Amino acid sequence: MSNLPETGRSHRVNIRLVAIQILVMSLLLTLGGRLWYLQVRNGEEYQKEAAGNHVQQVVQPATRGAILDARGVPIADNETRLVVSASRTELMKMDDSGKAVLTRLAAILDMSPKTVQEKVRLCDAKTPQPCWNGSPYQPIPVTDEATTQQALQIRERAEDFPGITAEPTAVRRYPAPYGANTSQVLGYLSPVTDEEIEKAKNTDSPFLSSDEIGRSGLERTYDSMLRGSSGVTRYEVDNLGRVMGRAKSDKAKPGSSLVTSIDSRVQAVTERELLTAMKNARKEHDDNTNRNYKADAGAAVVMENKTGRVVAMASNPEYDPNSWVGGISGKQYKQLTGKKSNYPLLNRSIQGLSAPGSVFKVISTAASVRAGNDFGGNYNCSSSYNVGGQTFKNYESESHGTIDLGRALEVSCDTVFYDLAYKQWLKDGGNKPKKKAKDWFYKTAHAFGLGDETGVDLPNEVTGRVPDRQWKKDYWEANKDAWCKQAKDPKSYADKIAKENCVSGMKMRAGDSVNYSIGQGDTLVTPIQMATIYSAIANGGTLLDPTLGKATISPDGKAMKEIKPKPHGKLPVDKKTLKKMDRALAGVAERGTAAWRFGDAGWPQDKIKMHAKTGTAEVAGKQTTSWFTTYTKDYTVVMTISQGGTGSGASGPAVRNIYNAIYGVDSKGDLDKNSALLQNPEKDLPRVDGHGNIEARQDEDFKKRAKRASAGAPNAGATG
Amino acid sequence: MSTHSYSLSGYGPQKRSAWGRLTARDSAVWRLDWVMVLAGMGLSVVGSLLVWSATRNRTDLNQGDPYYFLTRHVTSLLVGLLLMGVTVWIGHRRLRGAVPFLYGASVLLGLLVLTPLGATINGQRAWLHLGGGFSLQPAEFIKMTVILGMAMLLAAKVDAGDREHPDHRTVLQALGMAALPIVVIMLMPDLGSVMVMVIIVLGVLLASGASNRWVVGLCVAGASGAVLVWALGLLDQYQINRFAAFANPALDPAGVGYNTNQARIAIGSGGLAGKGLFKGSQTTGQFVPEQQTDFVFTVAGEELGFLGGALIILLLGVVIWRACRIARESTELYSTIVAAGVIAWFAFQSFENIGMTLGIMPVAGLPLPFVSYGGTSMFAVWIALGLLQSIRVQRPVSA
Repeated sequence: MSNLPETGRSHRVNIRLVAIQILVMSLLLTLGGRLWYLQVRNGEEYQKEAAGNHVQQVVQPATRGAILDARGVPIADNETRLVVSASRTELMKMDDSGKAVLTRLAAILDMSPKTVQEKVRLCDAKTPQPCWNGSPYQPIPVTDEATTQQALQIRERAEDFPGITAEPTAVRRYPAPYGANTSQVLGYLSPVTDEEIEKAKNTDSPFLSSDEIGRSGLERTYDSMLRGSSGVTRYEVDNLGRVMGRAKSDKAKPGSSLVTSIDSRVQAVTERELLTAMKNARKEHDDNTNRNYKADAGAAVVMENKTGRVVAMASNPEYDPNSWVGGISGKQYKQLTGKKSNYPLLNRSIQGLSAPGSVFKVISTAASVRAGNDFGGNYNCSSSYNVGGQTFKNYESESHGTIDLGRALEVSCDTVFYDLAYKQWLKDGGNKPKKKAKDWFYKTAHAFGLGDETGVDLPNEVTGRVPDRQWKKDYWEANKDAWCKQAKDPKSYADKIAKENCVSGMKMRAGDSVNYSIGQGDTLVTPIQMATIYSAIANGGTLLDPTLGKATISPDGKAMKEIKPKPHGKLPVDKKTLKKMDRALAGVAERGTAAWRFGDAGWPQDKIKMHAKTGTAEVAGKQTTSWFTTYTKDYTVVMTISQGGTGSGASGPAVRNIYNAIYGVDSKGDLDKNSALLQNPEKDLPRVDGHGNIEARQDEDFKKRAKRASAGAPNAGATG
Repeated sequence: MSTHSYSLSGYGPQKRSAWGRLTARDSAVWRLDWVMVLAGMGLSVVGSLLVWSATRNRTDLNQGDPYYFLTRHVTSLLVGLLLMGVTVWIGHRRLRGAVPFLYGASVLLGLLVLTPLGATINGQRAWLHLGGGFSLQPAEFIKMTVILGMAMLLAAKVDAGDREHPDHRTVLQALGMAALPIVVIMLMPDLGSVMVMVIIVLGVLLASGASNRWVVGLCVAGASGAVLVWALGLLDQYQINRFAAFANPALDPAGVGYNTNQARIAIGSGGLAGKGLFKGSQTTGQFVPEQQTDFVFTVAGEELGFLGGALIILLLGVVIWRACRIARESTELYSTIVAAGVIAWFAFQSFENIGMTLGIMPVAGLPLPFVSYGGTSMFAVWIALGLLQSIRVQRPVSA
């Protein structure tokens, strides 16, 4: 436009028009720049925020897999309960926020409308329980104890109950077949914690705040396998929480089932016998403390020798595993974890510690042979033994003359092992230990697996302790200050011991080694360790990891995976010596300390060869611990009772009765194969049909058989 | 027709068919600023899609018909185009005589809104229900009649050749003329429109050549007026909240800051190319309130991305750029002022509307010209475009 017509506008207006144009255009440029900043530079951040806006997760809990015994009988499964739930998003859409519906619901469920409303309100800082702590998009359970009648009413009048569902829902249950609680072995579930939810939030298997996970026992060891994976449905929702579409959905995968090697019938017998033995022990008088035995705790393990599979595992005091189901009350929890009830949650088979007493002598025997002593040599079983001015007596000061190691085991002669241990101690330098001390007795204990986990498939197994030189040193380091302080002004006997410990507690003294050789003193073992050792002697020397899990079965029943037994070591004993030890242990049952429970009590030793070792461990300030370790060709049975008395006295009848039940023997020794619960170890896995149902072989005649096993059983005796 | 066009091509006046007259090189149709018209139509077409996307799921609003808002929006657009045509046909010069009447009528409608006849939406009594589901927002018309009225007063003596610039007395008259409807709108209270009016007055005064003192004075008066309104607590709580949320967007994202927060998430999440029309989760999820009207730009931001958002800004830029050219090239001060008023209106309203969705301006209920759903706004905008076209068409054509 070269020759603009005369506009009649002043110069001032023209300039201002240009200014307006510049101003206006810069405004638009500002918008463009800001748009670029938001969308292109920071776009990702907002995309995340937008995604968080719309997607809500609803988790469908997976059905937890069952735990079965070796015959397919469930020992932990799920019970269907009718759970009435309310959908908060549905209720909130109503004009009165669902008040009317909840009031109607309360009337049907025989609850107060207030309670129902409190249950479906959301928890926050100001809201006290009861309130719903989970996702507001998750149906909120109002009750899990609805009757069929109530559920039907709710379903039939669906138009009166929008947003309310009454669905059968799986709840964990421990059926305790044949009365076998198996409580500590099974463990328990408890609600997932906030931290665990947070941790699992972005994994494939996120938790629901109502989820429960295994806290102990098999429920914990096999938790991830039993739990399966929850289904997650991601819904796109609008700003009012209305569902607009299903973004992504993974179906819940039910957990696999676990077949265990537990035979519930043997388990029931074991639990019952342990309890009876403890009850009987409490009737016995303890001459040392001049009161009846307390028998405050006990444990028993039945294990297969060739596989390490655990057929039964009992721990007393016990508890009802169902007390955890549906949330445990504060009072119940206190009781389960309190001192007064002596901690029934502890599985004493793997967590109970005590000195082994004479059942340790198999280790001392092996150690003596390793140290160069002849198994068949001549050893003096005197009534007492002197070491450095200290007299160590034989049990009840009995003398058996000159015997070999086998006979020493049979009669449980302490003095023979005192002498062997003392001589080894001298060889290793005595009070001035050699740098490369052989320490056969301690090394052998380690080689037998003491002081170490057996690898049982249960959580929190304890290792026990072998009081070797290293331990002595460490222990002294940890305690010397306290000892030396106490020893400054020695008055009492305890003070004198403290003084001795203060001065020479780091040293392996002759008395320590002598005491150690018969399983007394600072040695601590668990029942499962002893079971592992004796089954190794029985199977030719292989230390097997004790296992309860035998196989896993996928929910559809198609994939069955056996859990193979694993060895974790070999006994450091040559075949010949092992055979001799085996013969000696049979001798214990035939003519030794356990003969009055087996050989002399009608046990069919010619048909079922019994091997045994008794033990009575002294505990400072407490009554003696009873140990009884036994085995046949196929099974090892170990029982221990804390403050229970002698090995064969307190535990003897119980162990005998367990064998009676397993083999179908009665108290007179008559063998009836039809009455046997488990004459041979269960080799087969339960059968599964095409629908994934696992066949459970219930034993209808169990009561009759179990009764026969214990009929006419003698009470506990004081000697052994 | 009644244009003052005459041919310089040497043929001289001659009788032509109606079609011939319409399509002749020198005809009004030929000389329309088609770039501007097409840019405006482009904005409205994009706007239709955005309105459709924002409302097709809104069963609470669309009476079950996903096309409810779309059809009404397109109808408004067609009526708007028709009104533009009529405006061009009448011509801004002829309208000059009718300005006092139009001004009076629009102010009267504004007053009518304040009576019980007015309808209250979102705390503002700014609508007149006409029946049949139609309603009118007089403030939109008032913006235009104030431009025309002020232009008429300010340009009278200058265009007559009496003075080079409007004198103080005339400026005062013009300001008084603007003040009355501003007060009416303030009473609604439609604060967004008041802001636009103030900017329009500023633009008109600038273009009129009024003394710098007036321009500066108006700025000072506007600022102190804002302070006064704040200090005297004349604002409603929701208006205070909007400013608070603007000052601190993180404030109460579920309450006061909800709108701005969700709007920014919608736009921000669109990225470069957007999520695709109808595919915006913020939009389909109805997280942004007033999305078909005041927050329509968030639909563009989310579903069409930076490319779509920038296109809208670009098209608005084209309209305003062409308007600036028309203002600079017009032959009379009256036309210049009218054009400048429209520029100030379009530019500020667009800046405020898009700016609030981007978090650089406080929230105010203003439609985005050409794009937002809303008949009155659509009509007013296209009539204003018609005025600009008329100015261009009626300008003597240079060779």
